Amino acid sequence: MEKHTHEAPPSNPATAPARTPGLGGAAVSRRSLVKAGGALGALALAGGMFGKVVPRFVAKTPEAVADSKERIVWNHCAINCPGRCSLKLHVKDDEIVQVETYAVDDDDIDSVQPRACLRGRSYRAWVYDPNRINYPLKRAEGTKRGEGKFTQISWDEAIELVSSNLKRVISQYGNEAVYINYATGVSSSTGRSWPRLLNILGGYLGYYGTYSTAEINWITPYIYGSSGAGSTISAAAEAALVLVFGSSPCETRQGGAVSNHDYVAMREKTKGKVYVFDYRYSDSMMGHSDTWVPINPGTDAALVSALAYELISTNLVDLDFLHTYCQGFDEETMPESAQGKNLSYKDYIMGTGYDRIAKTPEWAEPITGIPANRIRELAHEIGTAKPLYVVQGWGSQRRSNGELTAWAICMLPLLTGQIGLPGTNNGLREGSYAINLDTIPAGNNPVKTQISVFSMVDAIERGPEMTEMRDGVKNAEKLEVGIKFVVNYAGNCITNQNSDINWVHDIMADDTKCEFVVGSDIVMCDSMKYCDVILPDIFRLEQESMIGTGGDSAYMIAGSRPYGQKHERKSAYEAISLIAKALGVERDFTEGKTEGDWIKDLYEAARSKDDTLPTLTAAREMGVFCRKNPKGHTIALEAYRKDPVGKALSTMSGKIDIYSEELADYIAAHEFLPDDRVTAIPTYVPEWYGVETTTDQYPLALSGFHYRGRIHSSWGGVELLKELNPQELWINPADAGPRGIESGDTVRASNEFGAMELLARVTPRIVPGTVAAPQGAWHDADMNGDRIDRGGNYNTLATHRPSPFAKGNPQHTNICQVEKTG
Amino acid sequence: MSTYGFYFDGTRCTACKTCVYACKDKNDLGLGFAYRKVFEYTGGSTNRDGGGAISTDCFAYSVSLSCNHCDDAVCIEVCPTAAMHRDPETELVCVDAKVCIGCGYCALSCPYRAPKVDREKGHSVKCDGCHHLVKNDEAPVCVLACPTRALGFGTIPDMQAKGEQANIAPLPTKEYTKPNMFIKPSKDALPAALPAGTNNAFIANPLEVL
Repeated sequence: MEKHTHEAPPSNPATAPARTPGLGGAAVSRRSLVKAGGALGALALAGGMFGKVVPRFVAKTPEAVADSKERIVWNHCAINCPGRCSLKLHVKDDEIVQVETYAVDDDDIDSVQPRACLRGRSYRAWVYDPNRINYPLKRAEGTKRGEGKFTQISWDEAIELVSSNLKRVISQYGNEAVYINYATGVSSSTGRSWPRLLNILGGYLGYYGTYSTAEINWITPYIYGSSGAGSTISAAAEAALVLVFGSSPCETRQGGAVSNHDYVAMREKTKGKVYVFDYRYSDSMMGHSDTWVPINPGTDAALVSALAYELISTNLVDLDFLHTYCQGFDEETMPESAQGKNLSYKDYIMGTGYDRIAKTPEWAEPITGIPANRIRELAHEIGTAKPLYVVQGWGSQRRSNGELTAWAICMLPLLTGQIGLPGTNNGLREGSYAINLDTIPAGNNPVKTQISVFSMVDAIERGPEMTEMRDGVKNAEKLEVGIKFVVNYAGNCITNQNSDINWVHDIMADDTKCEFVVGSDIVMCDSMKYCDVILPDIFRLEQESMIGTGGDSAYMIAGSRPYGQKHERKSAYEAISLIAKALGVERDFTEGKTEGDWIKDLYEAARSKDDTLPTLTAAREMGVFCRKNPKGHTIALEAYRKDPVGKALSTMSGKIDIYSEELADYIAAHEFLPDDRVTAIPTYVPEWYGVETTTDQYPLALSGFHYRGRIHSSWGGVELLKELNPQELWINPADAGPRGIESGDTVRASNEFGAMELLARVTPRIVPGTVAAPQGAWHDADMNGDRIDRGGNYNTLATHRPSPFAKGNPQHTNICQVEKTG
Repeated sequence: MSTYGFYFDGTRCTACKTCVYACKDKNDLGLGFAYRKVFEYTGGSTNRDGGGAISTDCFAYSVSLSCNHCDDAVCIEVCPTAAMHRDPETELVCVDAKVCIGCGYCALSCPYRAPKVDREKGHSVKCDGCHHLVKNDEAPVCVLACPTRALGFGTIPDMQAKGEQANIAPLPTKEYTKPNMFIKPSKDALPAALPAGTNNAFIANPLEVL
C-alpha cells in the first residue's frame, strides 16, 4: 500500500464543479481542461468525479506480513450455472487476496478457457461477507420461523437436535414425511450427500423436475423419448439460419467456456442469420440489434403455429421427413386410436380440427405482436434455409403453458426436416460436451413416492389430500402424510426462489405443520430464516473439490484447499457424518472414508472409463484440464436420422411424436382445471396470468430473466455486485410515460399475491405491455408489517398455481400493476 | 506517445462487467470505485400499434472503457503537481500517490472519466494499465478476464492492426486526446461526433458506471 503525504483538500461533491458538458466554465482555466470540457459529451452525465467515502474492502494483506509468500491454489465455482469455472486463488497468510481465473493470452476464440465471470471474480467479497454463517445456530426461543433470530449453539447440541428430530419424525410419521428441498448452491463430485444418509435411514419423499426445467423436461420424453439432448451451440456455425427462443445464452451461463463464450464464437462464425425471439432485447444481443424479433411473452407457440400455417400453405414442409420420422403431423401417420377424428397437428394448424381456427399470420399478429407480413417473411426464410438450427432456452417453458410451448418450438425443425443433420438441432436447449465425473453414491431410496419439485409447501399444508391424478404425485395414488422434516442444504427455495413468498411464509412460519427444518448454508439467505437449526457450511473453493462440466468443449477442475478450518464451519460431508454417527449409521454412511477418499475413488472410477483423463496428482497440479470435442460438434438425433428403424426412439411410437398417444392417455386419466387447456399435440394455449389475460386492475405482464450479478439468488447479498447490478424493473416508455415513471424512480409492482419495490429502468429494450425484473434478488420485507418486498424479488408476485402437466413453477407468467412511489 | 494501448471488440462484448470486477478485485476497490466501466448505449424505440403489432428500431451496444493512456493526456497536462505522469518504462499513465494533492483537475479534465479522487486516500485513483504486469510481459487483469475475449492489450501497431482508434458514441471524438484504445465496432455503433439525442440514444446504465 502506498502512503500519501498530502492532506486531501475538502472536495465535497455538492460544492465541486457541476458534472455537465459545460465544465469548461468551471474554476479551472488551463487550456487543455477547457478543450476537454467540450469533449465530454454523453459520458459527462455518467459516473462521478469524486468517490464516496465508504468502508474499505476486507481481506487485505496486513502490512506487517506483506512480504510473506503468496501461493496460487486452484479451485472451482460450484454454484448452479453449468459454467463452474476455474478459480485461481491467490492465497497469502491463510487468506484469499485475489481471485483470478484460467486464461491464455491468445487470439484464438476456439481455445478452451473456462474463464470465470464477474461472479467468480467476486468470491472474495462473498467468502468474507459479514452475513457469513460461522457457528451452528438454533432458532431463538419464543421466536417464529421467518423472524431470523438465532442463538449460537455447539456442534454437539446442533447434531443432537437434528438427529433426534429426524429419528422422531421417522418413527412418528414414517420416512415419507422427510424431504430434501430442491437446492442448487453446490455442485461437485462429493457436494451432496444428504440423500445417501436418508436412504440409509429408510428413505425420504423424493421430487421430480427442477425449478429450471420443470416443464420442458416433463414434455421432452413424450416428444423424443430419452433422446432429448440437444446439439452443441457450435453446430450452429454451420447453419444457414439460427433461431433462438426464450434464451439469453450470454446471461444465463456467462463463463468463458460455456454458452456466453460459445454463443459469441458461433455468431462470429456462422454464415447464417441469427434471430432471437424475445420480449426483451437481452444482453446476448448487445451490438446485434438485427437479431432481435420482439414477441409478447408466452406466445412462442402462437408464432410457431402461424409459421407452420405458412410453411404448409406454401409447400415448404418436408413431408418425407414428417412421414418417415414422426407421428401425427397429418392423418397419414396418426395412430389407430386417433384416426379419422381430425386430431392431427395439420388439422389444428389449418383449422380443420380442435378449435376450428386457421392459425394464419393474421390470427397470430395480435397475440404475438409480430406483424403478419413479418411472419410470412420469416416462414419463407425458415422453409428455405438449410441447415436450420433451432434452439430454445428455458425461458419459454417456465410458464403456465410451458410444456406445450417447449414442444411447439420443436415443430420448426420437424416441419422442415432439419433434425439429425450437420448444422441442426432438435429445437430443445443446446447440448454440451462435458467431462462427467461420478458423484457420491446416494444408494436406493426405499420410498418410491415423489412429488413435483414445486410442491413442497403444498405437501406441508395438505399432503394427504394430494393425489396422483390432480396434483402429480408419482408412484402412489396419494401422499400418506404431509412433510414434517425438511432438509435445506445450500439452497434458497424455501422462500426466495419459491413462488408466492407471502403464502409460503405463512405455512413455513407455523411449526405445527412442518415440525423441523434443518438448514445448512454459507450465508444467512432468506430461506435460512425458516430453519430451526442451521449448520455452517464451507464453500467448495475452501475445500478439496472436483468438478467436470463443459459447453462446446469439456473441462474439469481439481480444487485444493486454500486454508484450514475457520471459525466453527464444517463441510457438509463432515456434518452429515456426525449426524450419521449420532444415529448409529456412521460406518454405513462413510464406509470408513474421508471426503478426500471419496473424491479420489470417484475420480479413479471415472478415469478407469476414460483414459484421456490425467492422474489425480497431475490434475491437481494443473488445476484445470480442458478437452475439445473430438467430433467437433455434437448433433442431436444424428443416429436416429441415419437409421430410424434400427435406432428407433423410446417414445410409444418409436418415432418423434407430434401427436402423442401416450400423452392423450395421460390427459384422459388425469384431472385438469378448466383453463388448463391440454392437448396431445403442441398447441398454443393462452396463459392464465398472461398477456392475453391481463385485467384492468393488473394490466401489465410481468416476467423475469437471469442477471449478470447473480445466478438465481447466489451472490444476491454481495454489496459490491449489487452496486454494479442494480435491481431494476424494465419498462417500455409507452408504459412508463402515462405512469409518470422515469429511469431511477422507485416503483412498486403489485398484484393479488404481493408487492415489490425496485428502481425503474425505462428502456426500448422491452416490448410495451410487459415489464420484467432480474430474478433472484434477495427478498426483503417486514413480514409482520406491510410485507412489501423492498428487495425487488418478483417471486413475491408469482402464483403458486403449478403448470398443468409438470406441476412446475410458472414463474415467468405473472400480471401486475406498476406505480411510482419515489 | 504511449507504447501500449487497449483493444475492444464491440461485436463480442456482452456487457457482463467481468472486466470491471476483475480490476476491482485486483485493486481492492470498495463500493463507489471502478477503474473500468462498461457503458450501455441504447437508442431507437419499440412501439405497439392499435392492432397489437410491435415494431422496433431499438439498438443497444456496450463499450468497455478504462484509462486510454492517451497520447494527448489532458490529465497530465492539467495536473498541478506532476503526480499524473507516464511510467518511464511502459509510458502508461499513472498517479504518483505521494505527490497527488487530490485536487481533482484530472477528473475534471478527462473526457473518459478515467481518474477519480478517492477522498479517503486523499489522491486520484485510476487504471494504471497494470504496468507492473506489463513489465513482465503479462496482460492487464481485465484483458485476460473477459469470458468472450472482447478485450486486448499490446503495442500500438498491434492494436491498430485489430481496430480503429476509439471514435464511437458515447465516447468523445478521438481528436481530443488521441486515445490509445482501438475498437472493432459492432454494426450498431454510432460515430462519436453525433449530435446529442440522435436516434434517442442515451447511456442506459448510469448506475452501473462508477
